Amino acid sequence: MSRTTGTIIGVTGNMITVKFDGVVGQNEVAFAKLGDVGLMSEVVRVRGTRADLQVFEDTAGLGVGDRVEFSGNLLSVELGPGLLAQVFDGLQNPLPRLAEMCGFFLRRGARLPALPRDRRWDFTPEVKVGDSVVAGDPLGSVPEGIFTHRVMVPFGLTGAFKVAQIAPAGAYTADLEIARLLDAQGVERSVAMVQRWPVRFPIRLYAERLRPTEPLVTKVRIIDTFFPVARGGAYCIPGPFGAGKTVLQQITSRHADVDIVVIAACGERAGEIVETLREFPRLIDPRTGRSLMERTVIICNTSAMPVAAREASVYTAVTIAEYYRQMSLNVLLLADSTSRWAQALRETSGRLEEIPGEEAFPAYLDSVIANFYERGGGVRLKNGATGSVTIGGTISPAGGNFDEPVTQATLKVVGAFHGLSRARSDARRYPAIDPLDSWSKYAGVVSRDEVETARRTLRAGNEVGQMMKVVGEEGTSMDDFVTYLKAEYLDDSYLQQDAYDKVDGASTAERQRHMFGVIGAILRAPTHFPDKTAARRFFHQLTQTTKEWNRAAMDDPEFKTLQERIENMVTEATAHA
Amino acid sequence: MRRLYHRVDRIAGNVINVRAGDVKYRELAEVSSRAGTSRAQVIRLNNDEVSLQVFAGASGVTTDAQIRFLGHAMRVPFSDALLGRVFTGGATPRDKGPALSENLIEIGGPPVNPAKRIIPDKMVRTGIPMIDVFNSLVESQKLPIFARAGEPYNPLLARIALQAEVDVIILGGMGLKHDDYLFFRDNLEENGAISRTVMFIHTAADPIVECLLVPDISLAVAEQFALQNKRVLVLLTDMTNFSNAMKEIAITMEQVPSNRGYPGDLYSQLAVRYEKAVDFDTSGSITILAATTMPGDDVTHPVPDNTGYITEGQFYLREGRIEPFGSLSRLKQQVNGKTREDHRAIMNTLIQLYAGHNESVEKRSMGFRASEWDNKLLRYGERFEKEMMDLSVNIPLEQALDLGWEILADCFEPMETGIPTRLIEKFWPAKKETPISSVSNGR
Repeated sequence: MSRTTGTIIGVTGNMITVKFDGVVGQNEVAFAKLGDVGLMSEVVRVRGTRADLQVFEDTAGLGVGDRVEFSGNLLSVELGPGLLAQVFDGLQNPLPRLAEMCGFFLRRGARLPALPRDRRWDFTPEVKVGDSVVAGDPLGSVPEGIFTHRVMVPFGLTGAFKVAQIAPAGAYTADLEIARLLDAQGVERSVAMVQRWPVRFPIRLYAERLRPTEPLVTKVRIIDTFFPVARGGAYCIPGPFGAGKTVLQQITSRHADVDIVVIAACGERAGEIVETLREFPRLIDPRTGRSLMERTVIICNTSAMPVAAREASVYTAVTIAEYYRQMSLNVLLLADSTSRWAQALRETSGRLEEIPGEEAFPAYLDSVIANFYERGGGVRLKNGATGSVTIGGTISPAGGNFDEPVTQATLKVVGAFHGLSRARSDARRYPAIDPLDSWSKYAGVVSRDEVETARRTLRAGNEVGQMMKVVGEEGTSMDDFVTYLKAEYLDDSYLQQDAYDKVDGASTAERQRHMFGVIGAILRAPTHFPDKTAARRFFHQLTQTTKEWNRAAMDDPEFKTLQERIENMVTEATAHA
Repeated sequence: MRRLYHRVDRIAGNVINVRAGDVKYRELAEVSSRAGTSRAQVIRLNNDEVSLQVFAGASGVTTDAQIRFLGHAMRVPFSDALLGRVFTGGATPRDKGPALSENLIEIGGPPVNPAKRIIPDKMVRTGIPMIDVFNSLVESQKLPIFARAGEPYNPLLARIALQAEVDVIILGGMGLKHDDYLFFRDNLEENGAISRTVMFIHTAADPIVECLLVPDISLAVAEQFALQNKRVLVLLTDMTNFSNAMKEIAITMEQVPSNRGYPGDLYSQLAVRYEKAVDFDTSGSITILAATTMPGDDVTHPVPDNTGYITEGQFYLREGRIEPFGSLSRLKQQVNGKTREDHRAIMNTLIQLYAGHNESVEKRSMGFRASEWDNKLLRYGERFEKEMMDLSVNIPLEQALDLGWEILADCFEPMETGIPTRLIEKFWPAKKETPISSVSNGR
């Protein structure tokens, strides 16, 4: 098949218009020649013999008449052993190896294969010559860090195949042939460990999708207890700048109870990803005893990197997540921030001069966001095992106002909403998830009824607090005042969590159930105080003690002592009643 | 061989269209007509129709203007000879010095590979307690100063520039009032800092297109100095003018506006510039401080809003003081654990008590009874505002921490502050009523 070529007839921003001869496809990858390098680009619109392409790099220096070569392939990523612990850009170029090649700066047109070609993997075959296989079936496995990485029949192959040849156990590089497969027509295909998959298409090689029922424990109390996330579910974290979205994502990426975490740093500060990059290799995952980096893949297309590649980066990330789901692993994809991705869509749409929707976002914004979140989910694979992809996306709404297109489109398709509030972050109440506005449809670590009771206290306390600003403490009844103090107590000692404390920073499900039981009882206790000063002093002391309790490990004798002290304090206060 | 073109098809705003072949995107051209000669840059190619943004403005450009394409993108000379000099936004001398043409470097270079970045950990001392104590500035940080027009953000920038221990200062002025430009120049000169300063100044009277070039030129030069192992501080004032210039061009080019008329890529455009802040692994660093005026004192205005998402914190300048609550240095945790052991405790305690003071003030103005505790807080707040928050206070960090203890000791009992006993024992001043002047460094 001869490759289609074309010539540039227009350049504006990162968009080129190309006149071509032959066949081109929507979303096909092409290379615009600039001297001896090719700038990678993607077809986004075709009109007659003209195609509009978004270029994944800076377009300075391109001119009318320059040559463009179409590749015949859709935008794809490499899937295979060696993805874990890597740091890629939005188009899956390995950044550390690019740095070895190009130094401090990213060089235009520089590309490297995503998976190292010099590393050997210990392959163990799991099929015999003559076995029948279809796409997604295992051919063998290799150990990748702490996981057994399944080598599968390439997902893009259609129809049934017979194994004509399979490599014996041994060490192979990712691109070496490990099997030959024979299709019904008798055509033989060579298969290596690495395969390619077009990122804009979901991998659907499973038997059925499952309802998200099992909680995904993040060890953040306000999330797990009040606004839980489910394995295979989707959630979003909108918040104004400085409210702690990224810190929350970082904490989640450390503690989340999943096998693999894919971090998509999409159009955000490079400095943030640097922290993850430098610290994860040193942090030990308590579940496995190995470094956190071994279970992490980072897709990093920061704000200064080309905007079209930013748009692609979330698809690169979700495709890698889906790939590991096929190995019956639980994967968490954290996208920070989906607003930057939506803005990339807006920039492209603007350059195509499409009719703008709300706030100049394209009219298809809603469906694009819905399609992205729908790629998550728990599945039962054809072999009966299960796996999941959970998606958590941050949103950076303009002006911190949630009434904007990206937040609204996202809220329609997620099961949990963790709205960060400026008021809480200004008051240094972290995590700044608003306990009154946020919601979750998933089941958490404690029963729904208990949580509802606690939320009622919070709401009532908030109302009293508002009222008190007008009428002062003097004008507030004792009962109302105690309700207010109880709500504050719940907030201070349970909802807030010190991310930098070793014990308090990560609260297990067991610990949350235990603590919530104790604190729930305090909220229900019919306390009585002689006056407001005494009430305030009592809750002040109770909060102090509970905070100390938060910092004591459960197996520390101190934990028990403090709990007793708390319970005694409450008994004393109720005894007066 | 480059050809000359004579036929201008369209003139709109500062953009002219000309029919020409073999032109590259972002290429530079020279436009000569009765109005004089100006450089221009290619901003759109459509078949043989080339759109050029004219640096000096299209005013006076005639339809028979001569356009000569130069075969390269915008470049700026780089050498140590830049130090002490003042240039326009188009990189031509604004002072009486000679034009420089050696060692030309392209502006708007590629981004730094994130894998080559390191976690910043060096504090930049400014002598301003509201920064040093509460929101420490860190080398390679990018921080905007959010202020209403009329706040003293330029004097603040100048002061930080003078007091920060950096090797090179680069001042990028955008839409600067001529007085402000003179203020910067005189101030740096009087304090002997002019010899380590390069200025790229676009004043409000200059052509708007040159305003767009200022950040790129300033940062390209900064990058070269940083690669020569220099610690560079870049001051940009005012980024809202830069954004407005972008808006103007975008509207001229008939781009679909997104929010309040600003182009959809405002975030990306600002981010590309701010992300030039970097600490090179084996070389120098770039720190960026940028004034961003908030139209109508509204932080949700697209320019401060997008900026806040990009930068590593922000300083709010309000009524001539750095606001302690909204202001934030996201990187302060990287450095304030290594200064003095009481730094974080003092930082948190003083702020918490000041928040308490504000509540007491509110209570008082609502007419509620002030308790004894309220009165203590009120007394404390008054001293805190006068001795710490006031921008004229100029003391090193250690002295500011000592002063913090001093104020605390004058207003409160040790236990009321909630500071860990270990630190109280070590730092709480022995005698309470000592006037500050006679204290020998606090201990």
